[in-house]
Amino acid sequence: MLDLDAGKYAPFVWLAYGLTAFVFIAMIWSSLAYARRWKDKAQPKGPT
Amino acid sequence: MAAPAWAPTRRADGRRPAACGVPPQAAGLPLSAAKANALNMALAPTFLTNPDRFMAFSRWAAPLFGMLAVGLAAAGLWLGFTAPEDYQQGDTVRIMFIHVPAAWTCMFAYFCLGGASLLGLVFRHALADAAAAAAAPLGAAFTFLALATGSLWGRPMWGAWWVWDGRLTSVLVLFLLYIAYMALRGALDDEAKAARASAILALVGLVNLPIIHWSVEWWNSLHQGASVFRAGGPAMGPEFLWPLLLMALAYTAAFGALWLVRIRGEVWRRRAVALQLREARA
Repeated sequence: MLDLDAGKYAPFVWLAYGLTAFVFIAMIWSSLAYARRWKDKAQPKGPT
Repeated sequence: MAAPAWAPTRRADGRRPAACGVPPQAAGLPLSAAKANALNMALAPTFLTNPDRFMAFSRWAAPLFGMLAVGLAAAGLWLGFTAPEDYQQGDTVRIMFIHVPAAWTCMFAYFCLGGASLLGLVFRHALADAAAAAAAPLGAAFTFLALATGSLWGRPMWGAWWVWDGRLTSVLVLFLLYIAYMALRGALDDEAKAARASAILALVGLVNLPIIHWSVEWWNSLHQGASVFRAGGPAMGPEFLWPLLLMALAYTAAFGALWLVRIRGEVWRRRAVALQLREARA
């Protein structure tokens, strides 16, 4: 049975999980953005 | 055979830079090309010796690791939130499922950083250097998570957000090592010098890993001793052990996926720099 009620410890438990989710989202976003930015710059420009 | 598209052809001092596919002798290094290539092939994984092969490998491996991480995390979280409360720690035991994997992963990331730094330093292998550079920000993030979630667990259980015991202090040192590594890389304009200096720093910092591991045995600590990987088997029940192991595997897979993505970004960055140099000369 799923138990999402952390009782009196809820602020600590959910803050820890929230912080973890935030850091993971930041890591994923920054890694993908970094790769995409340099991939675009590494493409040779066509004749203008 | 032509040099890789992302390898600058010549440095300001007239020597060719060390890069994947450029023999060390051609790059002005003392080792003979044949000897260095033989060592490279013998000691480095095959996909690390060729950037094109690595890019082909990481193109499918990164999303595969990412999907693996999502699946493992979903299973681990489900088991973690269906596990009973701990008889002493109550619901705070659920913080263990994200705190301990973060702590293991930040040490694993530093081990990868150290290994890649060694390969980059000894063989002047540009892809190994890119791997080291890519591991640092991820390792710092996992270390931050280990410290922050540990603090949120420590406050209700120990009555303190922070104590200066051996385990916490050595993990804080690990976090500072990651920051110092990134700062040093960013501070030097010459990429070859930056790579060499930061690789030496990374190798020196490796000594911190055994200190973290054995700190709870060497010094008095509020942390408990090893409770999973220890003689006599794990000290916790399977209802806590399984979600913990699944989450640890999820964190490792997530690190693997993000590491590959960042290495790809680093390879493209170097290709972009080489392209800019060629365009500037043309």
